Amino acid sequence: MCGIVGLYLKDEALKPQLGRLLSDMLVTMSNRGPDSAGIAIYSDAPEGRAKITVQSDEADSAFGVLEHALNGKAHITRRDSHVVLEVAADDVALVRAEIEANHPAVRIMSSGETVEIYKEVGLPADVVDRFEVRQMSGSHGVGHTRMATESAVTTLGAHPFSTDEDQCLVHNGSLSNHNRLRQKLQQEGVKFETENDTEVGAAYFAEKMRKGASLDEALEAGITDLDGFYTFVCGTKGGFAVVRDPIACKPAVLAETDQYVAFGSEYRALVNLPGIKDARVWEPEPATVYSWGV
Amino acid sequence: MTEFDLTSATLREMNSSLQDATSGAYSIVNPRGAHAIACGLKSEIDVTIAGSTGYYCAGMNQLARVHVNGSVGPGAAENMMSGKLIVEGDASQYCGATAHGGTLVVKGNASSRCGISMKGVDIVVHGNIGHMSAFMAQSGNLLVCGDAGDALGDSLYEARLFVKGAVKSLGADCNEKEMRAEHLEIVANLLERGEVAGAKPEDFKRYGSARQLYNFNIDNVSAY
Repeated sequence: MCGIVGLYLKDEALKPQLGRLLSDMLVTMSNRGPDSAGIAIYSDAPEGRAKITVQSDEADSAFGVLEHALNGKAHITRRDSHVVLEVAADDVALVRAEIEANHPAVRIMSSGETVEIYKEVGLPADVVDRFEVRQMSGSHGVGHTRMATESAVTTLGAHPFSTDEDQCLVHNGSLSNHNRLRQKLQQEGVKFETENDTEVGAAYFAEKMRKGASLDEALEAGITDLDGFYTFVCGTKGGFAVVRDPIACKPAVLAETDQYVAFGSEYRALVNLPGIKDARVWEPEPATVYSWGV
Repeated sequence: MTEFDLTSATLREMNSSLQDATSGAYSIVNPRGAHAIACGLKSEIDVTIAGSTGYYCAGMNQLARVHVNGSVGPGAAENMMSGKLIVEGDASQYCGATAHGGTLVVKGNASSRCGISMKGVDIVVHGNIGHMSAFMAQSGNLLVCGDAGDALGDSLYEARLFVKGAVKSLGADCNEKEMRAEHLEIVANLLERGEVAGAKPEDFKRYGSARQLYNFNIDNVSAY
């Protein structure tokens, strides 16, 4: 199974409520997957700044050492096992290199001008509480609750996956050609953190976009190149997209009003959204890319 | 009319009451996309659902008339034996799957696998149906006033398929057949029971089994 939710706001007035709305949607989907949960929230960093979200199982010690090593380069906001490092945009590569070289207990969840990713093993209700997601504001976000099939139940195996700046992907389904595709991407220099199929999907889309494809074009190409079952929801700095495989076994419901676009694995996830009774609600067609803000 | 409000009543209490009921009219408010609403009903009761439902609405229905003023999630009227489900909105995948009898009316669109393995139900869809509909359908009638998606009637047995609009592609062993007087009569009856206005029996084309998969063809032995 797995449960996916997504919310893309058109009405700026709803921004302060993004975290609360998305949390409620995700908690409603809890019984589609009890293993782990995660959320990606997009909110602008101040001009010229970027955000790196990192996680550690030894948060108390590891984050102290990291803060010391960064020596004032980052403005640090801690949320449970994660911290967001707000750094000068020009320092992102430097800080990433420092973490990767000298802080083995710290894992990078995401980096970019807008995205923050929080994910852990556990139920959605616990995960959103631990990271105080309800208090977060932003322009768009996606959430995922996992029933693991393709790889271990770990923090890194939880969704969303982010394999490039401001990109994230959540997935309901399973890919069957991910091993071959991972090898191919590795030969092109792409690095992988897990054995997970969805990470391969995220890396595939990121690689397409690095080579100049738009989000829509990358997802279109995936319909040909990715074999297996999937309903994907993908976020970028300003964009939000949904695509289902041609067989379309994995459920998906979209709703749109003047204020937002919302995605849920089931209609249940959408019932508390403002104005849902008058929203246009539909099931996305198989092998068809839907996108906003790209 | 007895009302169940799913913000206060539990799904199990409500379904249990409806399963025990032998007559009367019931309304369900605030369904909020819940699964298995009005499943396993056994009597000639009338149930109205004010809003959209989740998986398996009116599954295994016998005799009851269920009316949804909204859309239904996957597997609506799955394994229905008799009675009627009317959906004012859209139906998600595999509505009417394996249903043995009764009538399923979808006034919007039905998505993929509509009527998969149907075994005697009559299904009327006012809009379009998705891919792989009526896959391995054995008996009953599927009437579609809009278009049908890919692979309609793949590996079909003896169900009758009537489509007014375009069929994107036919599945293996499904072909178009002549509309005879008896079929026009069946379609007229389905249009009436399905509350379809503005369509005539002559507007529909009939599709059915080419009956080439019923027996093994020795010429295909090299394929195995």
